[in-house]
Amino acid sequence: MKQLLSFIRKEFIHVWRDPKTLVMLFGFPIVQIVLFGFALTNEIKYANIVVVDNAKDVASQQIINKIEGSKFFSVQKTLMTPSAIDAAFKEGKIKLAVVFPVNFNTDLLHLNKASIQVIADASDPNTATQLSSYITTIVADYQAQLSPTMSAPYSIVPEVRMLYNPDLKGAPNFVPGVMAMVLLLVCVMMTSVSIVREKELGTMEILLVSPVKPLMVIIAKAIPYLVLSIVNLGVILVLSVYALDVPIKGSVLLLVFESTLLILTALALGLFISTITSSQQSAMFASMLGMMLPTMLLSGYLFPIENMPVVLQVISNIVPARWYYVIVKAVMLKGLGFASIWKETLILAGMAVFFTGLSLRNFKIRLE
Amino acid sequence: MNAITLNNITKTYNKGTVLAVDDVSLTVEKGEIFGLIGPDGAGKSTIFRLLTTLLLPDKGTATVGGLDVVKDFKAIRGIVGYMPGKFSLYQDLTVEENLDFFATVFKTTIEENYHLIKDIYVQIEPFKDRRAGKLSGGMKQKLALCCALIHKPEVLFLDEPTTGVDVVSRREFWEMLKRLKQQGITIMVSTSYMDEATMCDRIGLILNGKVLSVASPEATIKAYPEQLYGVKANSIYHLLLDLRKYEGTINCYTFGEYLHLSITTNEEQVRKYLQEKGHTDVEFKAIEPTVEDCFIRLLKHEDEQGNSNKDK
Repeated sequence: MKQLLSFIRKEFIHVWRDPKTLVMLFGFPIVQIVLFGFALTNEIKYANIVVVDNAKDVASQQIINKIEGSKFFSVQKTLMTPSAIDAAFKEGKIKLAVVFPVNFNTDLLHLNKASIQVIADASDPNTATQLSSYITTIVADYQAQLSPTMSAPYSIVPEVRMLYNPDLKGAPNFVPGVMAMVLLLVCVMMTSVSIVREKELGTMEILLVSPVKPLMVIIAKAIPYLVLSIVNLGVILVLSVYALDVPIKGSVLLLVFESTLLILTALALGLFISTITSSQQSAMFASMLGMMLPTMLLSGYLFPIENMPVVLQVISNIVPARWYYVIVKAVMLKGLGFASIWKETLILAGMAVFFTGLSLRNFKIRLE
Repeated sequence: MNAITLNNITKTYNKGTVLAVDDVSLTVEKGEIFGLIGPDGAGKSTIFRLLTTLLLPDKGTATVGGLDVVKDFKAIRGIVGYMPGKFSLYQDLTVEENLDFFATVFKTTIEENYHLIKDIYVQIEPFKDRRAGKLSGGMKQKLALCCALIHKPEVLFLDEPTTGVDVVSRREFWEMLKRLKQQGITIMVSTSYMDEATMCDRIGLILNGKVLSVASPEATIKAYPEQLYGVKANSIYHLLLDLRKYEGTINCYTFGEYLHLSITTNEEQVRKYLQEKGHTDVEFKAIEPTVEDCFIRLLKHEDEQGNSNKDK
C-alpha cells in the first residue's frame, strides 16, 4: 500500500513539474469547449440575404418585416433583376435571395395559393438548407397567423417544434461531443505517454528489476489521471453551464458517474496503447489517430450515425464516445434517468474491463 | 556458493540474426568485484540484462544468488540492485524524492539502510533538493548507485557506471565499490576503461559476445606470454611502419607516447635493425604489460583466427 501511494505521489509530481502536461490537461479542454461553444458553431447569424419585393403589398411587407426581425438574416432590400441576383451570388455577397412575385397578396387571398422564390447558395449545402428552412419557418409562421381569418378550409400548416433545443442553439449539441472528445483524448494520450516515457527514459528497466507488480504500475499510472480527469470534467461542466448556458437537466451525480466510466475506459485504452508502442511519439500518434478521428467522426456528434454507410455504422459500435455521447445527451439535455441508459453504461463498462484485461496481459515483464 | 553463474549462455537479437552473447560460461564468487571488460558492443549490457532477468537467454542457464534467471525471476528481482548503462532515474524528481521512491518500491526506507549509502549519499546530500536531471555526470552516477543500493541487494549489477564521469569521480566511485565489497555485496561491473580493470578482483575480457579470458587482473597480465617492450624514437610514425615490417615482430602498436612491441628475436637485433633504418634517439625498454595490452593481444588473436577460419 505504501508502495502504491509513493508511486502515485511520483506520478503527480511528474504532472505538476511538467508545464506541457498541465497545459495539455487543462488548457486543451477549456480551449475546446470555448472554441466549439462559441466560434465553431454551425448556427448561422446575420447571413446576408437579398429580398426582392416585386409585389409591394401587405402580405409581402409583413413577411419581410418578420425576416428582418430575425437575427439570422441581414436583409438588403432592392429591386434586383434576375441577372443581378445571379451576379451577387457569384461574387459571394449574398447567401440567399427571396423573391416575391407581382400580385403576391392578391394571389394569396384569391387563389389561396401564392409562391415565393427562395434561391440559396448551395455551394455550402448546410448553410443553404438551414437558411431556406428558416425562411420556410417564417413563412409558415405568417401563414399560421393568417389562417384564422382565412376562408380556405384545407390549408395545411406544418407545425415544427424543436425539441430539447428550441432555439436551435449550437452549444447543447456540442457540449456532449466535446466532453467525450476531451476526456477520451486527454486520458488516452496522458496515460499512454506516461508509461511509454518510462520505457524511453529507461526507468522501466529499473522498475522491472524490482519487486513491483505490473498491476501496481498500471493502477499507479491510472489513478492520478483519473483524479485529474474528474477535475477536468468539473471544469467542463461549470464552463458549459455558466458560459454556454447549457443546463444539466438530469442528475449531476449520474452524469459524473457515467463520465467516470468513460474516463476509466479511456485510461484502459491508454494503458493498452502504451503496451503496444515503444516511443512517446508513436504513443501520442496512436492515441491521436485512434481516438481523435473516430471520436469526431463516428460518435454521432458531427454526423448522425443513421446516415452513415452500414460498414461505418458497425464500426461506430466500438467507439466508446458513441455510447457516451448518447448517455450525456440523455442525462444532460433530456434529463433522463439511469433506466434509459443502462445498456450504453453496460457497453462502456465492458469496454473498460476488456481493455484493462488486454493491457494486463500485454504488459511486458521483460524488455522483449 | 557462487553468487553468479552462467553456463553456455547464448543470446541473439532480431530472430537470431545478431549474435550478442556467444556461449558464455563464467562464475562470480560471493563477495567479489567482478569486472566485465570490453569495448562497446561486445555484449556486456546483454549479459547484465540476462542476469537481471530483463532478457531471456536463447540457450544455456544462469543463476544469480542460486536462483534461476528464467524460473525464479521474481525472487531475483528482489535481491539484486541494478544500475543500467543509461542514466535511468526520474529527471524531474529531486535527489531525495528519487531515493525515497526507490526505497519504497523495494519495501524499505532510507533510514533502514542508510549505513550502506552513507559514504556516497553525504556527497550528494547538499544537492538533495535539486532535480536529478540537473546533476553533473558524476553526481548522477552516485545517486543512481544509492538508488540501486538502498534495498541492500545481495548482488549489485553496475553497467558501465563510470562512462562519462571525470577521472576524480571515477576514482571515488571505485573506492566506494571497494567499501561495498567489505559489506559482503557481490558486485558485477562492466567498463570499457581498461585502466579500471585492476580495481576488480577478477576480470573477464569480452569481445564480440565471447568471454576470452577470466582471471584476476594480475593473472591476466602474468599470462601474457611474451616480453613486452616500450619503444620510442624521434619519428614515432616511421618507427611504427618499420617495426611492423620487421620480420621478428609479433605485434606492434601505439600506446601513449611509446610503441608497445612484442618480438620473437631479441633487443639487440631490433636495435640493429632500427639503426639500419636510420632511426635516432631510440629508447628501448622492457615493460610490464597492462590489461589493455592483454586485450589487444586477444583482439589480434581473434582476428587472425577469424581470418584463418575464413581461409579454410
